[in-house]
Amino acid sequence: MHIPDGYLGPSTCSVLGAAILPVWAVASKNVKKTLKAKQVPMLAMGAAFSFVIMMFNVPIPGGTTGHAVGGVLVALLLGPWAACISITVALVVQALLFGDGGITAIGANCFNMAFVLPFAGYYIYKAISFNSTPDSPRRVIAAAIAGYLAINIAAACAGFEFGIQPLLYHDVSGHALYCPYGLNVALPAMLGEHLLVFGWVEALVTALVLKYLQKQAPELLYEGRT
Amino acid sequence: MKTITKLWIGLGVLIILSPLGLILPEHFKAGSAWGEWGADEMQKLVGYVPQGLKKLSELWNAPMPDYAFKGWEENGLQYLSFAYIVSAIVGIGIITLVVWGIGKLLTRKDD
Repeated sequence: MHIPDGYLGPSTCSVLGAAILPVWAVASKNVKKTLKAKQVPMLAMGAAFSFVIMMFNVPIPGGTTGHAVGGVLVALLLGPWAACISITVALVVQALLFGDGGITAIGANCFNMAFVLPFAGYYIYKAISFNSTPDSPRRVIAAAIAGYLAINIAAACAGFEFGIQPLLYHDVSGHALYCPYGLNVALPAMLGEHLLVFGWVEALVTALVLKYLQKQAPELLYEGRT
Repeated sequence: MKTITKLWIGLGVLIILSPLGLILPEHFKAGSAWGEWGADEMQKLVGYVPQGLKKLSELWNAPMPDYAFKGWEENGLQYLSFAYIVSAIVGIGIITLVVWGIGKLLTRKDD
């Protein structure tokens, strides 16, 4: 889901960049209000976890690859605003250092994976786990559903951003200037592979780690909300 | 053991296992992620390289492209796996520093 340089045109990059700036500003403000110095290591852990989970490319045999983001888990543990900051750091390092995701697409990629994904995941989890105790099995199921749905919502956003490019930018001969695939191809491709494969990976990662933490570190499920 | 210590150990295990994310796609002959093709792959897919894509795709030269060392593209999987692990360590090191810096800023009490 890491959109590279050259797939989105300048106006799309600007709009999504402009959309993510106020999100970062509010995230900083909210996290500043609630973050305690002893929670900083968890913030770093969240960013590092998301970074390394994204290195686990999962193949669709003979087809394409993709991966989980790990961002839903970070949102459940740290809250969506802190997760936004953590995932943003991971995405920026990926783009600058490893060329994974474009420089011009940082706004778009952060919008999809550091904003839409953790917020969707967090609120789906909240809605399903509503009123349950921190150690209840319902929370594990809520985590799985939140992981599955949130990465698909984020993938749909990416598919939409890819898909509108041929409409926005083409030369006189009808050749696309940026992403050449329209909504009829990009949206089903991005959504399909996440519905079939990568969504399940995000669900599994989120639910398994949450289940482990319920047993091994239940205090993380009570505190640390920012 | 403190929880944070356990989590860092878990992260270490993930780092060591990370080359699976390189080896499995290779083994199952899976191509690039959708929408992350290079210019030559694009040529094969749609018969031309979109002009804007050609220009912008050369905008940034990452120091460790695709989680490998420059010039290692032709090396075998064991070399690339090693580079992958080094990338994970370097990436996490930098991320930790950056978040630590942000954390410092955000936990600073305004006078």
